[in-house]
Amino acid sequence: MLNMTPTVLKNLLSKSSTRMYPVEKREPFDRYRGELFNNIDDCIFCKKCQIKCPSQCITVTKDKDSGTGTWVCDPFACVYCSICVDHCPTNSLYMKPVHRAPSAEREMIEQVGKVKPPKKKAK
Amino acid sequence: MARTIIPFGPQHPVLPEPLHVKLVVEDEIVQEAIPALGYVHRGLEKLAEIRDYHQMIQIVERVCGICSNIHSMCYCQGIEEIMGVEVPDRAKYLRTIWSELHRMHSHLLWLGLFADAFGFEALFMQFWRIRERIMDINEATTGSRVITSVNVVGGVRQDLTPEMCSWILSEVNTAEKEIKGLQNTILNDYTVCTRTKGVGVLTKEQAYDLGAAGPTLRGSGVASDMRLLKYAAFDKIDFEPVVENDGDCYARSTVRFRETLQSAELVRQALAGLPQGEIATKVKGNPEGEVITRVEQPRGECLYYIKGNGSKYLDRVRIRTPTFANIPPLLAMLPHCELADVPVIILSIDPCISCTER
Ligand code: SF4
Ligand code: SF4
Repeated sequence: MLNMTPTVLKNLLSKSSTRMYPVEKREPFDRYRGELFNNIDDCIFCKKCQIKCPSQCITVTKDKDSGTGTWVCDPFACVYCSICVDHCPTNSLYMKPVHRAPSAEREMIEQVGKVKPPKKKAK
Repeated sequence: MARTIIPFGPQHPVLPEPLHVKLVVEDEIVQEAIPALGYVHRGLEKLAEIRDYHQMIQIVERVCGICSNIHSMCYCQGIEEIMGVEVPDRAKYLRTIWSELHRMHSHLLWLGLFADAFGFEALFMQFWRIRERIMDINEATTGSRVITSVNVVGGVRQDLTPEMCSWILSEVNTAEKEIKGLQNTILNDYTVCTRTKGVGVLTKEQAYDLGAAGPTLRGSGVASDMRLLKYAAFDKIDFEPVVENDGDCYARSTVRFRETLQSAELVRQALAGLPQGEIATKVKGNPEGEVITRVEQPRGECLYYIKGNGSKYLDRVRIRTPTFANIPPLLAMLPHCELADVPVIILSIDPCISCTER
């Protein structure tokens, strides 16, 4: 009996172990896999991320006529595994160590960029 | 006396998972228990046909939210065995560290839930507060609290820096000290003892014959632990299974409590022996052949059968999780217990229904 009493008393006298969350936030850890971003200017639309993504939530399309490429990600299907970040050859994909902000409607992350002309081979 | 059938679950306040058991009751004494499974079947094994074998790692991790790291480790070990990939030593040690941290947080979660099952809310909060330290280690070292996604075929994806190692060491030591501080409460408290001692007894023979796994088996006096198979770095670590002989709920919770402390010790040993070097080898080609791998999860033995056909899609992935093995022993424990003890007994095998049904 009363085995818990010392612990309970200690808890009463020490400071709280929880935070007042929305007001007071903990610093994110550096490695935390949070929101996914694509730095579209560096993207070469190689489709590597689309092929490697386990949840198949990225779609990359290229439009030859207008010379633009589109990178679309469904953030609701994304499982935040960062496999795409590991495989991107130009390091244009990155993850911020913050949570994705809540949103009231389902939306896709859509980014449009210019397709760079392929480098000419030196003769 | 009139027989009554009382449904337990699929939604029950003490069980966060949808297990349904029909209890045939006479005078508040359970006579028979009939289980019904299949509420959360997700068809994860079928996905092997449309996802390649690298992507399956992320899928098998989602079989269970608590032992995710150990699931992917088991799967990767299977693929590595088929393809003959040699994993670097450092990767093996890192896998050991993360899998033992997973065992620790899983057992702490269970100890909390167990205290909650007989209404000991303060103890529940204490265990979960300690668990938070382990979750923070997971988040800081791998990038996610629960689904760590660190294992890949051929090694691991993240490395530990020396600062992280010393931080993990100090956090694990603090957690261990805090857990030891609760030892008296969970093992000697009047409430805990009266609710668990002699309740849901499973004898050694029963446990062996019905194929129990993990703490359920070790709580009945059988010293069986898959870590003795020396996968990952367990061949270089000093380790002995925790065994209790009574076979009741108290024995099972003692096994889990002592295993939590043992895991802390194993993490310390693995950190001390962590060798330098590569953390992953490059893998080329596709798996062809079949293999069975077994690892020890917090709940017991987990078995993977993997069959590859030489293409990047696998023919078959069959997962047998520990809870599946523990359901027949559970049905042997329930008869002749009081109705009020049913939640405690069911929790004492640590059911993970989503694992069982995949
Ligand atoms: S892998 Fe990188 S460069 Fe290639 S399409 Fe994806 S984001 Fe663009
Ligand atoms: S984080 Fe994972 S799930 Fe999300 S887009 Fe990248 S690869 Fe796909």
